[in-house]
Amino acid sequence: MATADWNPLGNVYYRNVELYQMDWNGLLELNQYMIAAAPYGGPIALMKDDKKTGRVSTNVKPIINVYNAAGKPLSQLRWNSGNVVHLGWSNTEELLCIQDNGVILVYDIALNFKRTFGMGQEAKEMKILDWKVFSSFQGTGIAVMTTSYRIYLINNVDDPRVRKLAEVPDLNSAPSSWTILNLDRQSRALVAKDAQLFLVDHGGQYQEQFPELASPVTAFIEMAVSFNNKLLAMFTDKGVIWIGSSDLKKVYCEFNTKASQRPQQLAWSGVGAVVALWDKLCIVVGPEKDWIKYNFESFVYLVQEEDGLRIIGNELHQFLQKVPDVTEQIFKIGSMEPGAMLYEASKEFSRRSQKADEYIRMIKDKLDVAVDQCIQAAGHEIEPSKQKALLRAASFGKCFLTDYRPEAFVDMCQMLRVLNQVRQFSVGIPLTYTQLNHLSVPVLIDRLVLRKLFCLAIRICHYLKIPDAEGASRILAHWACYKVQQKHEDEEQLARSISQKLLDAPGVSFSEIASQALEQGRKQLAIKLLDYEPKASEQVPLLLKMDQNNTALSKAVDSGDTDLVYTVLLTMKDKISNMGEFFMAIRQMPIAYSLYIQYCRQQNPKLVEDLYYQEDNFLAEGNCKVVSSYSEEMFEDRIRKLEAAITCYQKAKMEFASKQTEDQIKLLKIQRKLEDESNKTYIDMSLHDTMYKLTQNGNHKMTEQLRKDFKVPDKRFWLLRMEALAESSDWTELERFSKSKKPPVGMEAFVDVCMKYYNRTEAMKYVNRVTPDQKVKCLVKVGNLKEAADSALESRNEDSLNIVLSKAIQSNNKQLIETIRDYKIRLNTKK
Amino acid sequence: MAAAGPAHLSSGKINLGVLRDHYRRELIECIDKCTGTKALVWDDALTGPFGLVAEYSLLKDHEVEKMFPLGPKTLQASNVQNIIFLTRPKLKLMELIAQNLLNEDHKGPQRTEFHLIFVPRKSLLCEKKLKEMGVFGTFTSVEEFSLELIPFDNDLLSMEIDTTFRECYLENDFTTMFYVAQSIMTLQALYGIIPYIYGKGDCAKHVVEMMRRMKGELGGREPQITPQIDNLLILDRNVDLLTPLLTQLTYEGLIDETFGLNNTSVKLPAEKFIPKNQKPDEPLEPKKFILNSSDELYADLRDKNFNAVGSIVSKKAKAITLEFDERHQAKTVGEMKQFVTKLPHLQKARESLTTQTSIAELVKEATNSDGFMETLRCQQDFTNGLETDKIHPYIEECIAKKDSITKILRLICIQSYCNDGLKPKILEYYKREIIQAYGFEHMITLMNLEKTGLLKIHGIRTYAIIRKSLKLIVDDVNEQVPNDISYVYSGYAPLSIRLAQYLARPGWRSITEVLNLLPGPKVEEIQQIPVALRKRRNSITSSHSSTGEQRVTLVFFLGGVTYAEIAALRFLAQQDEGGTDYLIATTKIINGSRLIDTLKEKIESVKINPF
Repeated sequence: MATADWNPLGNVYYRNVELYQMDWNGLLELNQYMIAAAPYGGPIALMKDDKKTGRVSTNVKPIINVYNAAGKPLSQLRWNSGNVVHLGWSNTEELLCIQDNGVILVYDIALNFKRTFGMGQEAKEMKILDWKVFSSFQGTGIAVMTTSYRIYLINNVDDPRVRKLAEVPDLNSAPSSWTILNLDRQSRALVAKDAQLFLVDHGGQYQEQFPELASPVTAFIEMAVSFNNKLLAMFTDKGVIWIGSSDLKKVYCEFNTKASQRPQQLAWSGVGAVVALWDKLCIVVGPEKDWIKYNFESFVYLVQEEDGLRIIGNELHQFLQKVPDVTEQIFKIGSMEPGAMLYEASKEFSRRSQKADEYIRMIKDKLDVAVDQCIQAAGHEIEPSKQKALLRAASFGKCFLTDYRPEAFVDMCQMLRVLNQVRQFSVGIPLTYTQLNHLSVPVLIDRLVLRKLFCLAIRICHYLKIPDAEGASRILAHWACYKVQQKHEDEEQLARSISQKLLDAPGVSFSEIASQALEQGRKQLAIKLLDYEPKASEQVPLLLKMDQNNTALSKAVDSGDTDLVYTVLLTMKDKISNMGEFFMAIRQMPIAYSLYIQYCRQQNPKLVEDLYYQEDNFLAEGNCKVVSSYSEEMFEDRIRKLEAAITCYQKAKMEFASKQTEDQIKLLKIQRKLEDESNKTYIDMSLHDTMYKLTQNGNHKMTEQLRKDFKVPDKRFWLLRMEALAESSDWTELERFSKSKKPPVGMEAFVDVCMKYYNRTEAMKYVNRVTPDQKVKCLVKVGNLKEAADSALESRNEDSLNIVLSKAIQSNNKQLIETIRDYKIRLNTKK
Repeated sequence: MAAAGPAHLSSGKINLGVLRDHYRRELIECIDKCTGTKALVWDDALTGPFGLVAEYSLLKDHEVEKMFPLGPKTLQASNVQNIIFLTRPKLKLMELIAQNLLNEDHKGPQRTEFHLIFVPRKSLLCEKKLKEMGVFGTFTSVEEFSLELIPFDNDLLSMEIDTTFRECYLENDFTTMFYVAQSIMTLQALYGIIPYIYGKGDCAKHVVEMMRRMKGELGGREPQITPQIDNLLILDRNVDLLTPLLTQLTYEGLIDETFGLNNTSVKLPAEKFIPKNQKPDEPLEPKKFILNSSDELYADLRDKNFNAVGSIVSKKAKAITLEFDERHQAKTVGEMKQFVTKLPHLQKARESLTTQTSIAELVKEATNSDGFMETLRCQQDFTNGLETDKIHPYIEECIAKKDSITKILRLICIQSYCNDGLKPKILEYYKREIIQAYGFEHMITLMNLEKTGLLKIHGIRTYAIIRKSLKLIVDDVNEQVPNDISYVYSGYAPLSIRLAQYLARPGWRSITEVLNLLPGPKVEEIQQIPVALRKRRNSITSSHSSTGEQRVTLVFFLGGVTYAEIAALRFLAQQDEGGTDYLIATTKIINGSRLIDTLKEKIESVKINPF
């Protein structure tokens, strides 16, 4: 019978399911140990407790053992630190060993030391009296009470910040009991001073609490907070259990156990019942004063879970839970729920009985509910055979439905498969379906990784089709980190086997594995592994750390990340004291080399010149010299720089450049001379500008000299002179110039230059000398439109006439417009 | 951040508002890391781009109370709790910042905290520099804000890094290419993996290689978005150095050539924009205009050939007058009301019309000058392959008249390109003329131009073949109602855009030979997209949709793009048979003068000591 192990508690049922036969059975007696078991089916840590064995403490250091939930040993450690008073687990399954001086040492599940922190100076000096490990809104918290009855707490063991709680007034002896309550995202302590209750926080406040009490109380001697932090149970010295809300505002019941002795453990089973344990007897009390009694054959230890209570004993590991509603609906004797009917139908069907049909007919219109119920109920079963029977029923029911969405069924099958795997004795994580939903699959996978169950974890990822980047890759990376710690394996082989497995996995950080290898002192392995790292930004710094400069440089260059290249270059420069050697090293990489030059150009231009010199880049060296010559203040220095540049250009066989530089020196010397003579500035002017200035100053002889010396082309010389003369209004000289020799420029250029300096009269002189085809254009330029029109008519050029017309329109000369239109008609008729 | 930003960014085929929001979120995250009131100290080059991403009111909402430009002087006094420096990672700027901080020290102890935000990326060198100057420890935090591609318009993104071409081809420094690759990765994170990648040129290849690496670094954590961009075309400016050198003849291009457009805004002489009867007594500050597609008329005009602008403006003017006149016909109250609701829109349109008319007049003045026309004629000679192998009289004359050196270098470079390099004698003549006329210091600039290939000794003849096979010269160009991209340069079709055009149809395979003649390798790569994310094409349902099957191609110009090229791409996108929509990204929007200017060697001469 499915309901054989059900016990009624008021109108609900409780059942005690067997999870495991303990592996440690016969090897140890639990009552001699300090016990810590992590929630969510976590590991169990045991440490021999001298007080419990009653033996005189010896100098032998105690041993800490960690077991999985099935009692299979996972790891062992001989304790060699201070006096451990309590063990606890954090929410990331780290073992917290609390010493009597308030120092907490943190170990991972394999008992590798992780870190340590203290609970403050007072705890250290005064020693601690009592302690609580609790789950806070930030993670796992720890609270300790010092021998001076002050409470210190931290909210998160990953980020330990010690807070001091307010003082309870007139507390001169140890409180009769206390616990930590999590309300409104704040952790506060509820302290019982006999019958008085105080709520203290770290803001220095305390509040006395007055819960509703039916029977008189002299002292609260035990407290228990439910897993979800919403409910509180308190045990009084009169044997009464007070059950209420954790804010003490609501009371559910007071139940008199008539026990005078303090219970060994007071705990919640889920949120529905409080369990009090005395040695081998335990009482389950419901909110309506209903109760069940259980007897155990030996010492047991209780672990609160979200949806029940785990009971760990020498032989058995059991799970006490409220029978889930949906399970009750299906299996309760005489239940007429659709799920129950469907389950029956399925059973009859497998017996080939026609009754199956009858049952189905009875629930025809509620078949979808029935299927849902069977799927849900399957989730709550621990036994695979029961899961199967229920799923079979669901599947059977689904056959009669046309539009039932299959997701729920498929999801449940997948989850159950995963759950059954991790519940296996060898894995030993007895999670329920409810717990897994809360914990989430990624966290479960993390926990498997912590237990080094890499293969199982990867299989689960693949089975659930978790993307590789989030699942398999991460696991493989952990595996590889673990692998490089195993020193007995051959490096070559190790690198190969790691890369083989990880190369196709996206998003694996090889540099992380490599740095792990480096930490283990395996440099060669690290270098080999780093070669597989796709992220240059992580690869390069590590390569530098290992002195692999050249590899680092080439990897940085390949990445295209300039900053990374500079990181390498500057590190190398610091490391290699010999500059020549450094240059040799970077010369092989043109990009790195150019970047270094870029850097020097901004920081140290002289160094750039040296660099070019070193590699016989004479052209670039010459250019550097030319550029730097301009910043020389002394004339002689400037000339000297330029002369040096000429040598460079000659070496580089740059004839043009060296000739130009020579010319520049020549020009500079002339300019210097001119400055001395005329007290005007000439230096830094171009040859052209120098000649221009000379012309304007009337030094025509010198201008002529320069023209010859520097072979200035005729045409440019003419234009230059014309412009200079016109600007300085030397119209006579201009005219004389126009008549000398045969000008290489047309007369229209003279017109232009005159007009540029607004001398129409002078311009007119040249208009008469221009060639006929340019005449109209020039007349337009001087603004004589009428004459331009006449001239255009004369030369019978309609295009020119049109140009004049457009100008006339622009200047809005109506009379002229008429005339030109007239001309145009004349021109056309003549044709 | 509820505001989706200016509406015009979201109106394109790809919603660039998403990108803008992404940057705003990152910026705010950066700024919010320090609590309390803040003052921002800006690297000047950043203010323009930032203005396009985050307006002052947004910063104000996050307790930014004051903003100063970064200068050599001491910081202005302000009683804020935090001073945040926003800067590009340049050593010069680090010196300024250090000076500022050291001056601050003299003022004695203060409670102000200092922060530093690098844009777009932290730089080790800069941090080292700050350490050397002993101020690095003063910063409470050093962050980076990766503002890479700034949305200029609904189809246009720019990184606003103007030295790219110089760095890549003169200094062998490919840092910007790394930023480009990262910016494409950002785009892919927001708009999905781009399935097909094409590229031409050394830098393009470099970028594609880095993208491949970065993809590897993502390690399978790729964005699970259906790709919105189908193709990526990366064009290295080196592949087409001719186009940017030519004078752009679109409206927007000419505004840029004559007045210079920076971050979509232009400064114009203010006299033109005040009513004629109230002449001011003193010269006015130039007036600033923001030009983008949020102005309907401008959106219409910007990509037109300038010769077509007049007719559009007058048509628009008539239309607006007509609409205003409607009020006379309005008889009933209902009609009147309808008119009034239209009024704000009409007034805005009229205002925009006045502005655009004035701008067009200003541009017209510039283009009417003889110099402009002759320059254009000279350019057209060259692109047609005429007179390219002798000294051009116009260039000679310009040198003699000492016209702007940039203009001359532009022309000579065009000649060099169209002649596949100049005869040694001609090149030497030009160089000597320039040195004599403008000074010896330009010799290095000329060497720079030679090093980048803008000037060269003549080699294998390829230009004629390229010109013919890509139909670069179109004689019967229609400037009013264009039927080919050549309208943007009145008869010359930009080579770069021809490449994009051929890629879309019929494909690059048809022009393999020409591609081989152009410098740099060709890149083609396919990025696999998971089946679930692929666009479903040619399915039965989509054939009904009116939007059709337009593919989106992102064209990334490494080393800059001109407004005329942008116009040509937009023209292609509008063609019915094109079937391709274009999203344009670039390191910087350039024109010939800007390109040449970055290659100039800046030499400052100290005054000679007279003794």
